[in-house]
Amino acid sequence: MDGDIFIQILVAAIAAGTPFVYAALGELITEKSGVLNLGVEGMMLVGAISGFIGMAKSGSLLVAVLCGMTAGALMALIFAVLTLTLMANQVASGLALTIFGVGLSAFLGLKYTSIALPGVPELHIPFLSDIPVVGRLLFSHDILIYSSLVLFGFICWFLYKSKAGLILRGVGEAPKSAHALGYNVIGIRYLAVLFGGAMAGLGGVYLAVAYTPMWVEGMVAGRGWVALALVVFASWRPLRVMAGAYLFGGITIAQFHIQGFGIEIPSQLLSMLPYIATIIVLVLISRDQKSIRLNSPASLGLTYHPNN
Amino acid sequence: MKTTKTKSFIGFLIPLGAVLLALAIGAVMLLSLGANPISGYATMFGAAFGSVEGFSETAVKSIPLLLVGVGICIAFRANVINIGGEGQMVMGALLSTSVALIFPSVPSLLLIPMVLLAGAIGGAFWGSIAGALKAYFNVSEILSTIMLNIVAVQFMNFLLRGVMIDPGELTRGTGIPQTMRLTENADLPILLEGMRMHLGVPIALFVAFGAYILLWRTAMGFRLRSVGYNPHASRYAGISVPRNVTAALAFRGAMAGIAGAILVFGSESHRMVTDGGSTGFTGSAGFNGIVVALLAGLHPLWSIPSALLFGGMLVGANALQRAAQVPSALIIALNGLIVVFVVSSEYFKQRSLQVGRVALSDDESTETQGKNNE
Repeated sequence: MDGDIFIQILVAAIAAGTPFVYAALGELITEKSGVLNLGVEGMMLVGAISGFIGMAKSGSLLVAVLCGMTAGALMALIFAVLTLTLMANQVASGLALTIFGVGLSAFLGLKYTSIALPGVPELHIPFLSDIPVVGRLLFSHDILIYSSLVLFGFICWFLYKSKAGLILRGVGEAPKSAHALGYNVIGIRYLAVLFGGAMAGLGGVYLAVAYTPMWVEGMVAGRGWVALALVVFASWRPLRVMAGAYLFGGITIAQFHIQGFGIEIPSQLLSMLPYIATIIVLVLISRDQKSIRLNSPASLGLTYHPNN
Repeated sequence: MKTTKTKSFIGFLIPLGAVLLALAIGAVMLLSLGANPISGYATMFGAAFGSVEGFSETAVKSIPLLLVGVGICIAFRANVINIGGEGQMVMGALLSTSVALIFPSVPSLLLIPMVLLAGAIGGAFWGSIAGALKAYFNVSEILSTIMLNIVAVQFMNFLLRGVMIDPGELTRGTGIPQTMRLTENADLPILLEGMRMHLGVPIALFVAFGAYILLWRTAMGFRLRSVGYNPHASRYAGISVPRNVTAALAFRGAMAGIAGAILVFGSESHRMVTDGGSTGFTGSAGFNGIVVALLAGLHPLWSIPSALLFGGMLVGANALQRAAQVPSALIIALNGLIVVFVVSSEYFKQRSLQVGRVALSDDESTETQGKNNE
């Protein structure tokens, strides 16, 4: 019986961690190119409502995913134009993007607050899903969770095994050298920012269409900011991003189960848990400044002027 | 070299252009909702600025925006990007509300300064947590303040549904998360008979002038700005960077805390009340204050008209909702658009002044700062 609950928690933790996986892996690529986009929360919100509208209108998950990714990328495009073409401050622009995203998503979602979607069915894989413990744990998820694992594999390959990934990392470490070698620094950064936006949008779609299939104003509820913290936590490495995302998903889920174990803690204090955990993790990580300096892209957050 | 006069003229014109551009896009959104943009904006600004009652309402709505905005001016000038206004407002309000609950019979003359001070302390305390994390553990204040915002809101929900809840809510069984009607001794006095304008308005103006004097007329303000411009040179000159960063965070927290206290004691219900949502108590003033400060070019005195503009948009949005069923979410989106345009207008400002190189050296100074902090 206890084992059952344990499996249940793990399965739920994977689902709860998946929005972080998408958003944080997207932001990882953006930051690897040397751009710090603080607008993840706003991009996730706009992605969530766009995906929700796509799903409500068409009933097709593919349409929802495409709507959400496009919307996230469009939001990121605003940020890219501001910071890469107009060379505005990245921190201020990211904040502006989040504030704009909060308002825009609330505006777009006005007519959709009382609709419930059917949700995304779990994939049933013959035989594999029926294996007692492992089957529940690994083969009982919906397709968006599996595609997040594919995304993870792709990003590992892209960053460390492909030439394009090497160029991307080079742009983030030393934009002037990359420019001198003839690479289009601004163009590459545009692509990285747009990819980050599309992934944040997809994370939002997962939240609004699969995780809790309904639209609530501000439903991303700080997850975009947690995703940003996860990238720092992971010291800009994809595998650690995954570990952090599921760990965080686990903490989010644990708060619902602690009361089930007969421990009397008010629910509001429990909902603080994930955020206090983030602060503690940030403290532990940030103490080791050498590791942060070695791992963070050297030009992160700095405006690059190709003509100077 | 252009004169300072031209510079300040352009500095005024460009944010104005940003606002007008955002309003133009808002007009398109109004059209898409089937509303007439001209009469829509007339309703909005008429309600906010067209009458003494309206203006008094606008002024009241502008108080938290102005206080948070002025705090942002100080913090950003010291190069501290603190977005913890929401949490600091909540903590300031909680502490000041507790003071009013514990000492209900203290006379007004003493109790009002006490609750305002409690608000400042509550906000400064919450801000200084982020400051200490930054100073001793080098935790990014952007991330820590966001997390602290969420923690503060949950703490407020816990208290307002728990020990601080109005006993009446429990007997009625409605369970709205709010305190009882707080003591009349702590009510902020109304300044105009029959209107909303209360003591909070002059307090906020006083704080804005105080911040201006602090930043440009005192040694402390010089140190704060110096640390923001170039921490490396400041350290070389014997200015303690961690101490000034902490001071900036404390000032900023105190102002947000006072804003929270004024929100409670200047409210019509004279209670601390929330709706359980993340912005249920603050009405997003902790975030919108950032917009106010950015539009004002991080100047405390320019923050006054800037706060009035956004406060007026809030009042106008309500009127618009009543008159034309236009959702007030439109206004939140407009606020965001204004920031987007203000941020992008920096480029045109730099360009028109031909000081593009200054921007570059600014960036390089932050780069050196980052390296040295590590």
